[in-house]
Amino acid sequence: MIPSGFEYHAPSSVNDALKLLAEHDNAKILAGGHSLLPMMKLRFAEPDHLVDLNGVAELKGIRLDGDTICIGAMTTESELIASEVLREHCPLIVDVAKLIADPQVRNKGTIGGDIAHGDPGNDHPALMLALDAELLIRNSQADRVVPAADFFLGTYWTALEEGEILTEIRVPVFQPHTGYGYNKLKRKTGDFATAASPVVLTLDGDSCRDIRIGLTNVAPMAIRATAAEDLLRGQVITDSLIEQAAEKVMAACEPVEDLRGDVEYKTHMAAEMARRSMRDALERARS
Amino acid sequence: MAKQHIMFKLNGQPIDALVEPRELLVYVIRDQLGLTGTHVGCDTSHCGACTVDLNGQSVKSCTVLAIQANKGEVLTVEGLADASGLHALQQSFIDEHGLQCGFCTPGMLVRAYRFLQENPNPSDEEIRVGMAGNLCRCTGYQNIIKAVKSAAQKLQQA
Repeated sequence: MIPSGFEYHAPSSVNDALKLLAEHDNAKILAGGHSLLPMMKLRFAEPDHLVDLNGVAELKGIRLDGDTICIGAMTTESELIASEVLREHCPLIVDVAKLIADPQVRNKGTIGGDIAHGDPGNDHPALMLALDAELLIRNSQADRVVPAADFFLGTYWTALEEGEILTEIRVPVFQPHTGYGYNKLKRKTGDFATAASPVVLTLDGDSCRDIRIGLTNVAPMAIRATAAEDLLRGQVITDSLIEQAAEKVMAACEPVEDLRGDVEYKTHMAAEMARRSMRDALERARS
Repeated sequence: MAKQHIMFKLNGQPIDALVEPRELLVYVIRDQLGLTGTHVGCDTSHCGACTVDLNGQSVKSCTVLAIQANKGEVLTVEGLADASGLHALQQSFIDEHGLQCGFCTPGMLVRAYRFLQENPNPSDEEIRVGMAGNLCRCTGYQNIIKAVKSAAQKLQQA
Protein backbone atom coordinates (compact mmCIF):
# COMPACT_ATOMS: atom_id res chain seq x y z
CA MET A 1 0.00 0.00 0.00
CA ILE A 2 1.30 3.41 -0.98
CA PRO A 3 -0.06 6.78 0.15
CA SER A 4 -1.20 9.31 -2.41
CA GLY A 5 1.35 11.92 -3.40
CA PHE A 6 2.39 14.77 -1.14
CA GLU A 7 5.17 17.24 -0.73
CA TYR A 8 7.53 16.51 2.15
CA HIS A 9 8.95 19.15 4.47
CA ALA A 10 11.47 18.60 7.25
CA PRO A 11 11.80 21.80 9.28
CA SER A 12 14.38 22.06 12.06
CA SER A 13 12.50 24.47 14.31
CA VAL A 14 8.94 24.93 15.59
CA ASN A 15 8.79 28.38 14.00
CA ASP A 16 9.74 26.98 10.59
CA ALA A 17 7.14 24.24 11.02
CA LEU A 18 4.49 26.85 11.88
CA LYS A 19 5.41 28.84 8.78
CA LEU A 20 5.05 25.74 6.61
CA LEU A 21 1.64 25.00 8.12
CA ALA A 22 0.56 28.59 7.47
CA GLU A 23 1.84 28.61 3.87
CA HIS A 24 0.29 25.35 2.73
CA ASP A 25 -3.30 24.22 2.55
CA ASN A 26 -4.14 20.66 3.50
CA ALA A 27 -0.90 20.15 5.41
CA LYS A 28 -0.51 17.50 8.11
CA ILE A 29 2.06 17.11 10.84
CA LEU A 30 4.09 13.90 10.83
CA ALA A 31 5.25 12.75 14.28
CA GLY A 32 5.92 9.03 14.77
CA GLY A 33 3.72 8.26 11.80
CA HIS A 34 2.21 5.05 13.15
CA SER A 35 -1.32 6.42 13.04
CA LEU A 36 -1.00 8.87 10.14
CA LEU A 37 0.92 6.74 7.62
CA PRO A 38 -1.49 3.76 7.91
CA MET A 39 -4.39 6.20 7.42
CA MET A 40 -2.63 7.66 4.38
CA LYS A 41 -2.04 4.19 2.92
CA LEU A 42 -5.77 3.55 3.19
CA ARG A 43 -6.44 7.03 1.71
CA PHE A 44 -8.44 7.96 4.80
CA ALA A 45 -5.98 10.86 4.95
CA GLU A 46 -4.64 12.51 1.79
CA PRO A 47 -2.59 15.54 2.82
CA ASP A 48 -0.93 17.56 0.08
CA HIS A 49 1.90 18.49 2.43
CA LEU A 50 3.56 16.55 5.21
CA VAL A 51 5.50 18.53 7.80
CA ASP A 52 7.86 16.08 9.54
CA LEU A 53 8.74 17.20 13.09
CA ASN A 54 11.34 14.48 13.66
CA GLY A 55 14.17 16.93 12.95
CA VAL A 56 12.95 19.53 15.46
CA ALA A 57 15.31 19.07 18.39
CA GLU A 58 13.51 21.58 20.64
CA LEU A 59 10.48 19.26 20.72
CA LYS A 60 12.43 16.42 22.29
CA GLY A 61 13.44 15.63 25.84
CA ILE A 62 12.24 15.49 29.42
CA ARG A 63 13.24 18.02 32.05
CA LEU A 64 12.27 18.92 35.57
CA ASP A 65 11.24 22.53 36.17
CA GLY A 66 10.53 22.92 39.90
CA ASP A 67 7.47 20.77 40.60
CA THR A 68 6.64 20.31 36.94
CA ILE A 69 7.89 17.72 34.48
CA CYS A 70 8.14 19.16 30.97
CA ILE A 71 8.03 16.60 28.18
CA GLY A 72 8.72 17.62 24.60
CA ALA A 73 5.89 16.53 22.32
CA MET A 74 8.24 14.59 20.01
CA THR A 75 9.64 12.48 22.86
CA THR A 76 9.19 8.83 21.90
CA GLU A 77 7.56 6.12 24.00
CA SER A 78 10.97 4.41 24.25
CA GLU A 79 12.46 7.63 25.62
CA LEU A 80 9.65 7.91 28.19
CA ILE A 81 10.37 4.36 29.35
CA ALA A 82 14.10 5.08 29.68
CA SER A 83 13.64 8.38 31.56
CA GLU A 84 15.13 8.57 35.06
CA VAL A 85 13.17 11.76 35.73
CA LEU A 86 9.88 10.00 35.02
CA ARG A 87 10.80 6.87 36.97
CA GLU A 88 11.52 9.02 39.99
CA HIS A 89 8.78 11.66 39.74
CA CYS A 90 5.95 10.17 37.68
CA PRO A 91 6.43 6.42 37.18
CA LEU A 92 2.85 6.05 35.94
CA ILE A 93 3.89 7.47 32.55
CA VAL A 94 6.59 4.80 32.31
CA ASP A 95 4.10 2.04 33.15
CA VAL A 96 1.66 3.28 30.53
CA ALA A 97 4.30 3.65 27.80
CA LYS A 98 5.52 0.08 28.38
CA LEU A 99 2.06 -1.23 27.47
CA ILE A 100 1.80 0.73 24.21
CA ALA A 101 2.30 -1.25 20.99
CA ASP A 102 5.68 -3.00 20.67
CA PRO A 103 9.38 -2.04 20.81
CA GLN A 104 9.69 -0.99 17.17
CA VAL A 105 6.55 1.13 17.27
CA ARG A 106 7.60 2.67 20.61
CA ASN A 107 10.85 3.79 18.94
CA LYS A 108 8.82 5.92 16.54
CA GLY A 109 5.60 6.74 18.40
CA THR A 110 5.62 10.01 20.34
CA ILE A 111 3.69 11.24 23.36
CA GLY A 112 2.58 14.36 21.47
CA GLY A 113 1.39 12.43 18.44
CA ASP A 114 -0.53 10.03 20.65
CA ILE A 115 -2.28 12.95 22.38
CA ALA A 116 -2.86 15.21 19.36
CA HIS A 117 -4.35 12.43 17.23
CA GLY A 118 -7.43 12.46 19.48
CA ASP A 119 -8.02 8.72 19.21
CA PRO A 120 -9.95 7.50 22.29
CA GLY A 121 -8.11 4.18 21.93
CA ASN A 122 -4.72 5.81 22.49
CA ASP A 123 -3.25 5.48 25.96
CA HIS A 124 -1.91 8.96 26.69
CA PRO A 125 -5.18 10.93 26.55
CA ALA A 126 -6.77 9.25 29.59
CA LEU A 127 -3.37 9.35 31.29
CA MET A 128 -3.17 13.11 30.75
CA LEU A 129 -6.60 13.46 32.39
CA ALA A 130 -5.55 11.31 35.35
CA LEU A 131 -2.33 13.32 35.76
CA ASP A 132 -4.09 16.68 35.40
CA ALA A 133 -1.53 17.59 32.74
CA GLU A 134 -1.28 20.88 30.88
CA LEU A 135 -0.70 20.94 27.15
CA LEU A 136 1.40 23.71 25.66
CA ILE A 137 0.28 24.71 22.17
CA ARG A 138 2.02 27.14 19.86
CA ASN A 139 0.62 29.02 16.89
CA SER A 140 2.13 31.77 14.78
CA GLN A 141 1.03 34.43 17.29
CA ALA A 142 1.67 32.94 20.73
CA ASP A 143 1.86 30.04 23.11
CA ARG A 144 -1.26 28.93 24.91
CA VAL A 145 -1.79 26.41 27.66
CA VAL A 146 -4.78 24.08 27.60
CA PRO A 147 -5.57 21.84 30.58
CA ALA A 148 -5.92 18.20 29.50
CA ALA A 149 -9.47 18.37 30.88
CA ASP A 150 -10.36 20.84 28.08
CA PHE A 151 -8.35 19.25 25.27
CA PHE A 152 -10.18 16.10 24.21
CA LEU A 153 -13.41 17.08 22.49
CA GLY A 154 -14.41 13.96 20.55
CA THR A 155 -13.09 11.20 18.34
CA TYR A 156 -10.13 12.63 16.36
CA TRP A 157 -11.21 16.03 17.65
CA THR A 158 -9.11 18.10 20.06
CA ALA A 159 -8.63 21.72 21.10
CA LEU A 160 -5.80 22.01 18.55
CA GLU A 161 -6.72 24.52 15.86
CA GLU A 162 -5.60 24.49 12.24
CA GLY A 163 -1.98 25.56 11.98
CA GLU A 164 -1.14 24.89 15.64
CA ILE A 165 1.44 22.54 17.09
CA LEU A 166 1.36 20.74 20.43
CA THR A 167 4.85 21.45 21.72
CA GLU A 168 5.07 20.34 25.33
CA ILE A 169 3.28 18.27 27.95
CA ARG A 170 3.51 19.54 31.51
CA VAL A 171 2.84 17.14 34.34
CA PRO A 172 3.00 17.89 38.07
CA VAL A 173 5.46 15.67 39.97
CA PHE A 174 3.80 13.18 42.30
CA GLN A 175 3.28 14.60 45.79
CA PRO A 176 4.10 12.49 48.88
CA HIS A 177 1.45 9.85 49.74
CA THR A 178 0.46 9.59 46.10
CA GLY A 179 -0.22 6.20 44.55
CA TYR A 180 -0.97 5.23 40.99
CA GLY A 181 -2.13 2.34 38.89
CA TYR A 182 -2.56 1.47 35.23
CA ASN A 183 -4.43 -1.60 34.06
CA LYS A 184 -5.10 -2.32 30.41
CA LEU A 185 -6.96 -5.16 28.79
CA LYS A 186 -5.83 -5.88 25.25
CA ARG A 187 -6.32 -8.91 23.08
CA LYS A 188 -2.67 -9.09 22.09
CA THR A 189 0.53 -7.07 21.97
CA GLY A 190 0.11 -4.15 19.63
CA ASP A 191 -3.66 -3.97 19.91
CA PHE A 192 -5.50 -0.96 21.25
CA ALA A 193 -7.08 -1.35 24.67
CA THR A 194 -10.41 -3.11 24.95
CA ALA A 195 -10.53 -0.95 28.07
CA ALA A 196 -7.89 0.67 30.25
CA SER A 197 -7.80 2.89 33.30
CA PRO A 198 -5.08 5.09 34.79
CA VAL A 199 -5.67 6.17 38.40
CA VAL A 200 -3.82 8.71 40.54
CA LEU A 201 -4.67 8.87 44.24
CA THR A 202 -3.35 11.07 47.06
CA LEU A 203 -3.98 10.20 50.70
CA ASP A 204 -4.31 12.55 53.65
CA GLY A 205 -3.75 10.23 56.60
CA ASP A 206 -6.14 7.38 55.91
CA SER A 207 -8.58 9.32 53.82
CA CYS A 208 -8.52 10.09 50.13
CA ARG A 209 -7.54 13.72 49.57
CA ASP A 210 -7.85 13.50 45.80
CA ILE A 211 -8.32 10.88 43.13
CA ARG A 212 -8.50 10.99 39.34
CA ILE A 213 -9.76 8.03 37.33
CA GLY A 214 -9.17 8.05 33.57
CA LEU A 215 -10.86 5.72 31.08
CA THR A 216 -9.49 4.65 27.69
CA ASN A 217 -11.50 3.51 24.65
CA VAL A 218 -14.94 3.34 26.25
CA ALA A 219 -16.34 6.67 25.03
CA PRO A 220 -15.95 8.95 21.96
CA MET A 221 -12.91 10.42 23.70
CA ALA A 222 -10.79 9.77 26.78
CA ILE A 223 -12.85 10.60 29.86
CA ARG A 224 -12.66 10.81 33.62
CA ALA A 225 -15.07 8.92 35.85
CA THR A 226 -15.91 12.03 37.89
CA ALA A 227 -18.90 10.54 39.74
CA ALA A 228 -16.68 7.71 40.96
CA GLU A 229 -14.02 10.22 42.01
CA ASP A 230 -16.60 12.29 43.94
CA LEU A 231 -17.72 9.19 45.79
CA LEU A 232 -14.17 8.44 46.99
CA ARG A 233 -12.81 11.93 47.67
CA GLY A 234 -12.64 12.69 51.41
CA GLN A 235 -13.45 9.10 52.35
CA VAL A 236 -11.46 6.27 53.86
CA ILE A 237 -11.40 3.95 50.86
CA THR A 238 -12.70 0.46 51.56
CA ASP A 239 -13.42 -2.53 49.32
CA SER A 240 -17.10 -1.73 49.42
CA LEU A 241 -16.47 1.89 48.38
CA ILE A 242 -14.31 0.67 45.48
CA GLU A 243 -17.23 -1.54 44.42
CA GLN A 244 -19.59 1.44 44.52
CA ALA A 245 -17.06 3.50 42.55
CA ALA A 246 -16.82 0.71 39.95
CA GLU A 247 -20.60 1.00 39.47
CA LYS A 248 -20.16 4.72 38.80
CA VAL A 249 -17.38 3.93 36.32
CA MET A 250 -19.75 1.68 34.41
CA ALA A 251 -22.36 4.42 34.33
CA ALA A 252 -19.79 6.76 32.72
CA CYS A 253 -18.94 4.36 29.87
CA GLU A 254 -20.41 4.69 26.37
CA PRO A 255 -18.37 2.20 24.34
CA VAL A 256 -19.10 1.18 20.76
CA GLU A 257 -19.41 -2.48 19.90
CA ASP A 258 -16.62 -3.78 17.67
CA LEU A 259 -14.33 -6.80 17.30
CA ARG A 260 -13.01 -6.21 20.82
CA GLY A 261 -16.40 -6.84 22.38
CA ASP A 262 -19.96 -5.68 22.82
CA VAL A 263 -21.11 -2.74 24.92
CA GLU A 264 -21.82 -4.76 28.06
CA TYR A 265 -18.48 -6.58 27.98
CA LYS A 266 -16.47 -3.41 27.42
CA THR A 267 -18.35 -1.60 30.17
CA HIS A 268 -17.62 -4.38 32.64
CA MET A 269 -13.99 -4.58 31.59
CA ALA A 270 -13.58 -0.82 32.04
CA ALA A 271 -14.91 -1.17 35.58
CA GLU A 272 -12.54 -4.06 36.26
CA MET A 273 -9.53 -2.14 34.96
CA ALA A 274 -10.54 0.86 37.12
CA ARG A 275 -11.09 -1.41 40.14
CA ARG A 276 -7.61 -2.90 39.79
CA SER A 277 -6.01 0.51 39.25
CA MET A 278 -7.80 1.94 42.31
CA ARG A 279 -6.50 -0.96 44.43
CA ASP A 280 -2.96 -0.58 43.05
CA ALA A 281 -3.04 3.17 43.66
CA LEU A 282 -4.31 2.75 47.22
CA GLU A 283 -1.66 0.18 48.05
CA ARG A 284 1.13 2.36 46.64
CA ALA A 285 -0.18 5.50 48.37
CA ARG A 286 -0.13 3.67 51.73
CA SER A 287 3.43 2.33 51.35
CA MET B 1 5.25 14.66 -7.17
CA ALA B 2 8.86 15.31 -8.02
CA LYS B 3 11.39 12.72 -6.97
CA GLN B 4 13.93 13.76 -4.41
CA HIS B 5 17.51 12.76 -4.01
CA ILE B 6 18.36 10.94 -0.77
CA MET B 7 21.61 9.53 0.54
CA PHE B 8 22.07 6.99 3.28
CA LYS B 9 24.25 4.08 4.32
CA LEU B 10 22.78 0.65 3.71
CA ASN B 11 24.69 -2.12 5.46
CA GLY B 12 27.71 0.17 5.52
CA GLN B 13 27.58 1.04 1.80
CA PRO B 14 26.76 4.58 0.68
CA ILE B 15 23.53 4.71 -1.33
CA ASP B 16 22.11 7.38 -3.59
CA ALA B 17 18.48 7.07 -4.55
CA LEU B 18 15.73 9.10 -6.16
CA VAL B 19 12.47 8.63 -4.31
CA GLU B 20 9.01 10.10 -4.22
CA PRO B 21 8.21 11.38 -0.72
CA ARG B 22 5.35 8.87 -0.49
CA GLU B 23 7.62 5.85 -1.00
CA LEU B 24 8.04 3.71 2.09
CA LEU B 25 11.50 2.61 3.14
CA VAL B 26 10.83 -1.11 2.72
CA TYR B 27 9.80 -0.72 -0.93
CA VAL B 28 12.85 1.37 -1.79
CA ILE B 29 15.11 -1.22 -0.15
CA ARG B 30 13.40 -4.13 -1.90
CA ASP B 31 12.30 -2.82 -5.29
CA GLN B 32 14.79 -0.09 -6.08
CA LEU B 33 17.91 -1.30 -4.28
CA GLY B 34 17.19 -4.99 -4.81
CA LEU B 35 17.75 -6.23 -1.26
CA THR B 36 14.77 -8.52 -0.82
CA GLY B 37 15.79 -10.02 2.52
CA THR B 38 13.55 -7.53 4.29
CA HIS B 39 10.01 -8.84 3.91
CA VAL B 40 6.62 -7.18 3.67
CA GLY B 41 4.13 -9.09 5.78
CA CYS B 42 1.10 -7.17 6.97
CA ASP B 43 2.14 -3.74 5.63
CA THR B 44 0.38 -2.25 8.68
CA SER B 45 3.24 -2.20 11.26
CA HIS B 46 1.94 -5.19 13.19
CA CYS B 47 3.92 -8.23 12.07
CA GLY B 48 7.52 -7.00 12.19
CA ALA B 49 8.71 -8.89 9.08
CA CYS B 50 9.92 -5.57 7.63
CA THR B 51 11.99 -4.67 10.71
CA VAL B 52 15.25 -2.90 9.89
CA ASP B 53 17.73 -0.98 11.98
CA LEU B 54 17.54 2.79 11.33
CA ASN B 55 20.14 4.95 13.08
CA GLY B 56 20.65 2.33 15.78
CA GLN B 57 16.98 1.63 16.46
CA SER B 58 14.64 -1.12 15.35
CA VAL B 59 11.82 0.24 13.18
CA LYS B 60 9.15 -1.21 10.95
CA SER B 61 10.18 -0.09 7.48
CA CYS B 62 6.65 -0.40 6.08
CA THR B 63 5.70 2.59 8.23
CA VAL B 64 8.74 4.82 7.72
CA LEU B 65 9.15 6.97 4.62
CA ALA B 66 12.32 6.33 2.66
CA ILE B 67 12.97 10.07 2.69
CA GLN B 68 13.13 9.87 6.50
CA ALA B 69 16.23 7.69 6.14
CA ASN B 70 18.02 10.53 4.34
CA LYS B 71 21.54 10.97 5.80
CA GLY B 72 20.91 7.99 8.07
CA GLU B 73 22.23 4.47 8.49
CA VAL B 74 20.15 1.41 7.69
CA LEU B 75 20.97 -2.19 8.52
CA THR B 76 19.04 -5.08 6.96
CA VAL B 77 19.40 -8.83 7.34
CA GLU B 78 21.87 -8.80 4.43
CA GLY B 79 24.23 -6.80 6.66
CA LEU B 80 24.44 -9.35 9.48
CA ALA B 81 26.83 -11.93 8.02
CA ASP B 82 30.41 -10.90 7.27
CA ALA B 83 33.46 -12.43 5.57
CA SER B 84 33.95 -14.79 8.50
CA GLY B 85 30.48 -16.29 8.05
CA LEU B 86 27.03 -16.09 9.56
CA HIS B 87 26.27 -13.84 12.49
CA ALA B 88 25.90 -15.71 15.81
CA LEU B 89 22.16 -15.03 15.70
CA GLN B 90 21.77 -16.58 12.27
CA GLN B 91 23.67 -19.70 13.36
CA SER B 92 21.60 -19.94 16.53
CA PHE B 93 18.34 -19.71 14.59
CA ILE B 94 19.56 -22.68 12.51
CA ASP B 95 20.83 -24.67 15.49
CA GLU B 96 17.76 -24.10 17.66
CA HIS B 97 15.24 -24.47 14.81
CA GLY B 98 14.09 -20.88 15.27
CA LEU B 99 12.27 -20.93 11.94
CA GLN B 100 10.16 -23.11 9.72
CA CYS B 101 8.88 -21.22 6.67
CA GLY B 102 11.37 -18.40 7.28
CA PHE B 103 9.15 -15.51 6.29
CA CYS B 104 9.44 -13.71 9.64
CA THR B 105 13.11 -14.59 10.09
CA PRO B 106 14.77 -11.49 8.56
CA GLY B 107 12.73 -9.23 10.85
CA MET B 108 13.36 -11.51 13.82
CA LEU B 109 17.12 -11.48 13.22
CA VAL B 110 17.44 -7.74 12.73
CA ARG B 111 15.26 -7.03 15.79
CA ALA B 112 17.19 -9.58 17.89
CA TYR B 113 20.47 -8.02 16.72
CA ARG B 114 19.44 -4.63 18.13
CA PHE B 115 17.75 -6.12 21.20
CA LEU B 116 20.95 -7.92 22.23
CA GLN B 117 22.84 -4.63 21.98
CA GLU B 118 20.27 -3.05 24.28
CA ASN B 119 20.25 -6.03 26.62
CA PRO B 120 23.23 -8.37 26.11
CA ASN B 121 22.22 -10.88 28.78
CA PRO B 122 18.42 -11.09 28.76
CA SER B 123 16.10 -13.41 30.64
CA ASP B 124 13.47 -15.41 28.73
CA GLU B 125 10.83 -12.91 29.84
CA GLU B 126 12.91 -9.96 28.65
CA ILE B 127 13.36 -11.66 25.27
CA ARG B 128 9.59 -12.12 25.00
CA VAL B 129 9.01 -8.42 25.70
CA GLY B 130 11.90 -7.30 23.49
CA MET B 131 10.75 -9.44 20.55
CA ALA B 132 7.04 -8.67 21.02
CA GLY B 133 6.86 -6.66 17.80
CA ASN B 134 7.66 -9.67 15.60
CA LEU B 135 5.07 -12.30 14.79
CA CYS B 136 5.80 -15.90 13.78
CA ARG B 137 3.02 -18.24 12.66
CA CYS B 138 5.16 -21.41 12.55
CA THR B 139 7.38 -21.94 15.54
CA GLY B 140 5.22 -21.08 18.52
CA TYR B 141 8.12 -18.80 19.55
CA GLN B 142 9.80 -21.24 21.97
CA ASN B 143 12.68 -21.98 19.63
CA ILE B 144 13.05 -18.32 18.73
CA ILE B 145 13.47 -17.51 22.42
CA LYS B 146 16.03 -20.31 22.70
CA ALA B 147 17.89 -19.06 19.62
CA VAL B 148 18.11 -15.48 20.91
CA LYS B 149 19.28 -16.73 24.29
CA SER B 150 21.86 -19.02 22.76
CA ALA B 151 23.17 -16.23 20.55
CA ALA B 152 23.39 -13.94 23.58
CA GLN B 153 25.59 -16.49 25.33
CA LYS B 154 27.83 -16.91 22.28
CA LEU B 155 28.18 -13.17 21.83
CA GLN B 156 29.03 -12.71 25.51
CA GLN B 157 31.80 -15.30 25.26
CA ALA B 158 33.17 -13.86 22.04
